[in-house]
Parts: sequence; structure tokens; C-alpha cells
Amino acid sequence: MSSPRTLFDKLWGLHRVCDLGDGQDLLYIDRVFLHERTGSIALRGLQDAGHALRSPSRVFCTMDHIVDTVPGRNDDTLMPSGRDFISATRNAAKAAGIRLFDIGDPDQGIAHVVSPEQGIALPGATLVCPDSHTCTLGGLGALAWGIGSTEAEHAMATGTLRVTRPKNLRVNFEGCLRPGVTAKDLILHLIARYGAAGGSGHAVEFAGPVIRDLPIEARMTLCNMAVEFSAFTGLVAPDERVLAYVHGRPGAPGAGDWDAFCEHVSKLHSDASANFDAEITIDCDELEPQVTWGTSPEHAAAMSARVPDPVTEQDSQRRGAMAKALDYMGLVPGTPLQDIPIDAAFIGSCTNSRLSDLRLAASYLRGRSIAPGVAAVCVPGSMQVKAAAEAEGLHEVFKAAGFEWRESGCSMCFYAGGETFGANKRVISSTNRNFEGRQGPGTRTHLASPLQVAASACAGRICAAQVLN
Amino acid sequence: MEPFQVHQGVAAPMLLNNIDTDAIIPSREMKRVSKKGLGEGLFAGWRYTLPGGREPNPDFVLNQSAYVGASILLGGANFGCGSSREHAAWALKEFGIRALIAPSFGSIFYSNCIRNGILPVVLTPAAIDQLSQAIEAGPQCAQLRIDLPRQRVATPNGSQYDFEIDAGHKRMLLEGLDGIALTLEHATDIDAFEAADRRSRPWIYG
Repeated sequence: MSSPRTLFDKLWGLHRVCDLGDGQDLLYIDRVFLHERTGSIALRGLQDAGHALRSPSRVFCTMDHIVDTVPGRNDDTLMPSGRDFISATRNAAKAAGIRLFDIGDPDQGIAHVVSPEQGIALPGATLVCPDSHTCTLGGLGALAWGIGSTEAEHAMATGTLRVTRPKNLRVNFEGCLRPGVTAKDLILHLIARYGAAGGSGHAVEFAGPVIRDLPIEARMTLCNMAVEFSAFTGLVAPDERVLAYVHGRPGAPGAGDWDAFCEHVSKLHSDASANFDAEITIDCDELEPQVTWGTSPEHAAAMSARVPDPVTEQDSQRRGAMAKALDYMGLVPGTPLQDIPIDAAFIGSCTNSRLSDLRLAASYLRGRSIAPGVAAVCVPGSMQVKAAAEAEGLHEVFKAAGFEWRESGCSMCFYAGGETFGANKRVISSTNRNFEGRQGPGTRTHLASPLQVAASACAGRICAAQVLN
Repeated sequence: MEPFQVHQGVAAPMLLNNIDTDAIIPSREMKRVSKKGLGEGLFAGWRYTLPGGREPNPDFVLNQSAYVGASILLGGANFGCGSSREHAAWALKEFGIRALIAPSFGSIFYSNCIRNGILPVVLTPAAIDQLSQAIEAGPQCAQLRIDLPRQRVATPNGSQYDFEIDAGHKRMLLEGLDGIALTLEHATDIDAFEAADRRSRPWIYG
């Protein structure tokens, strides 16, 4: 009988081609996903080196990073050379014979929204993409992680990657979530408590009763920010809900394979006595909605808290980073977070732009309006999400409240395509990174869940939604 | 790829935690469909006085005369966290950075460095503080010497710090190897894995 193993050990073992004998294993890669920022660079790099794609039918590409999100968009972007990236990627994808989710395609969207939606990411499969938030797909029980362009070339040419095996960390979320507390709050709280390097060198399995009750899209939000915890990836053990989510999607196993697939997935969980290198338990009963005040995701706190004072920080490097962050953010220690006025609100990104996120925000916005002077934008994660939201009339709710309703893409999660609220503007954002300049030069980002973004947009300041059971 | 054996050079301290790849190269500096032309955008948000501008910010360490020609950076924990953009490694390389020394690195960034001939050295915060003090008096004369075969960082006054690195990563750097060529030596293993896997997980292969 084999020794007890973690979910991560099992996924690793299922894909291990061989031990390279130098501290690394050669892992089999089931799916590669590209985007227009680096897709053409990687495809061209392969071509220049004379390498063919090993399996073009298992390589996919989307237009998400740079594309405009204004209605009626074309290949032009606010970033002057964006068009070059788009056309080079389109040409390279066509030449390589891979599936491209192009502008105008009803299935176009953000890579990590499209891949689960299309059944490209599957529980038990490996998927890599030259984007750090690829770990999102761990929410389905896929072993997925972000890589660089050179590694993407390697994966496409050889069907494998050379990887150093990370250690196992389990994070148990115990108790019950209060109304209005979401997966976004769980992950921000974890990172604030254990630091932005807290998961360094580890694959993190999220477990416990709170996680078992989380809907699939919320699990993706949680795993999405595993990289902000510096983890190799995040994972949630796939269950019946995942199988129900996958069933019938375009890339899902067909009727002939479905039973074998379900049998395979049913084994993908950590054994009862599996050994983890580290374990963390978080009691969620008292957990409040979170918001960030600084320039690292670890700079997060309960919305009822105050801006912290760097003087109270013992560690000199952390203290230095806090002071630099407050300077950039234009904040004074001791200010209640909920007294901070905002200029703008953004709902979107691979973290929080799926249908459930939009429903949650809309549930607050229905019958309300954003505060005067606040600019607010909603960018659905894919054109499929957009269509589904519109079928429910959510776009009317967003628009009536004063939000712009856009086409799908990464948009203001970052400044790649040139979309920004502007310098010194303070933004409450459902995205994943509050780094200096992330949303444009001088733009100040406060991360929160879509619900708190909606509530803050209406209040004109950082504000926790009052939610009843 | 340029092999890395032994490197001696000026080291510049940037002892902040969580220096992310957006800071190493902001999105707005990634203007061309290319791995080249990125050195100028390295640390652009801190290095220049205005976004998109090119007027040096005199407060930024790499703009100070003491650190002219720096080829080694000393960083804080979680150096290179965030975005997977390999442009960060390409920009560092083009600027002339050959090695980074930090208590920990973002894992994607670490991998990108190895694949571009940049040596990421992991040392304790205490060791990095000592290195920082050793170079502070005169960075140009107090150059650090990094010996990859011996896995050792040395200061001119004789202090030495040993570091760990995976044998596979070390070999790629020492020999300047291309990962694809190395892996294709295992083509038979890959074919055999795939043939067996097709039978056990046919849905993957469509």
C-alpha cells in the first residue's frame, strides 16, 4: 500500500515524466495558455530556434492584457504600440494553428476566466500560462502555475517543464463566514497575517469547512491570489461541485470518458494522514471584510481598522516599506480606513469578474447610485460572463448606479493597455495588486471584494457594506 | 545564453521587502514586441523623475556615482514577487545586472533569472546586512565576488558567505544551457509517458 499523500503530491506524481537527477523533475504539461502581451514573443522565439509545437491542439491564446475594453473597440489601444502586440499575436497564433480567443469572438476574455469557462482547465490537469495568476485554476483542482515566456516556449516545444518541487502547506479555514465576507477577504487576511512571502517555496492547499462550502468561482478568487502569498500555486480539492461545474463545457470530457474522469477526480484529495511541511489554521467566525491601505497585498486590514503607524513595526525593512507605502498612498497613520475618500471604483480582473462577483456587486447597487464625483467601471471577465450578466439584466443595474459597463479584458487591473483613472486618483478595486503604479503612474489602489467596491463607490469613501443574512 | 562562472562587480543595496516586477519594469516601459530594448525602462518609476520621462532621479541608488556600473543588486525578502513578466529579467540583463542577492525571491522571477543567465543568490537577512555594510564605505573598491562553482559570495576584506542552489539550476547557469535542448534528450521518456497517459486520461488528448 502506498504511503499517504497530499493532493499536491498526487497531482505532481500523475504528471512526473522523470526525475532529472539534479533537484528537478520533468513534469508533463496538459495545457498551455498564451496572451497577446507575450504570446507572439514566445511563438516567435520557438520559430527562430527552429522548434515546432509538440501539440498545437492543446495550446490556447487570448487577447486580454492590452486590448481596449470600451464598447466598439478594435485593435487600437490607448497604449500607442498595443496594436503591434495584438496583430503579432494574431499572426503567430494563426501560423502555429492554435485556438485564439480574438477580439470579437463571443468567447474572448481574461485567460483565467476563459480557461475554466471553456473546460480547458480541468481538475487533475496541468496548465501553465505566462501570467502569474494562472494559480487561479487551482480552484478547480487543476495544477496550474504562472511561468515566464522562455518556459512557455519550453512547454510548447517539449510538452513538459523542468520544475523544482515545492513543499506542502495547508491552510485550514475554520468556522463560518459572516454575511458579506467573501473569498477575497479570506485571502487578503491570510496574506496580511503571514506576509506577502508567507507561502514562499510552497504549494498551498486551502481546506477546512469554509472552503468546502465555497462556490467554485469563489475558490478561483481564493487561489488567484496564492501568488500574492508567494506560493508556487494554490489548490482546493475537487469535489462534486467541481464536476457539476465542468460538465457540459466545450472542452469537458465527453460522455464516453465522463465516468472514468469522475473516478479519476474522486481520488484527488489529500489522504487523511498525509504529511504537510507546514500548516496554518484561521478561525473565520470573527473575520471582517478586508481592504488594503498600502502597496503590497500584505498591507491589508479589517475595514473597521485604522491606517497603521510604521513606528509600531519592529522589523526595520517592513517599517521602511510601510513608510514608503504610506507616502505613495498619501495616507496618515491613525486615519480610520472608512474615512478615506475615493475617486474611483473598479470591478473586474481575473480575481473578481465572474458572474457571481457581478451578481454580488449588483445586489448592493440595485436601487442605489455611486457618489457624485466618483468614476466607476465594471469590466466582465469574459464576453460569456458579460452575455450571462446581461441576460439577467445586471448591466442595467450597474449602469443605473452610474458604472460604465465595458467589454472584457484585464483593463484597469494594470496599465498594460494604457487604461487608468489617472495620477493621484484613489481607487477601490476588486483586483489583486496594489503595487506602486500598478493601475497607472501615481494611481493609488485599495484592494477589496466586489461587494465592498460597490458599497464604497456609493459612499464615496472606503465603506463596508451593511449586509443582512 | 551567457554562462555564469565567477563574477566580480559593484553591488548596489535596495534593501526593501517585496520589490515587485512591476517596479523592476513598469508595464508602460514594455513597448515593443521584443525581448530587447528594456534596459532603459529598468526601475523606471524610481529611476526617473517623471513617468515616461528620462531625467534621472538623484535619490535612486543606481543613479548615484558610487554605484555606477553596478552589476549586483542586494535586495529585501520576496524580491521579484508579482507579475510573471520575463521582461524584468530581460531588463536587468540588458542593464548589466549579473547577480541578485536577497533572502528570498518570487518563484517565477527566480526561474526567469536562471533562464537568462542571472544568478539569484539566497542569503540570510543578517548576511545581506553585513554585505551592505561592507560595500557602503566604497562600493567601487569594495566589489563583491560571486563564485558559482564554489557557491560562495566574498567581500574584499575576506568575509565569505556560502549559498545553496539546485544542481540543475547551477548547471544551466554554469554552462549557459538551453533548457529545451536539455529536455529533448529525454524525448523517449516523454513519448513513453504520453503513450501511457493517453490510455489512462484520454480526455486530456481530446
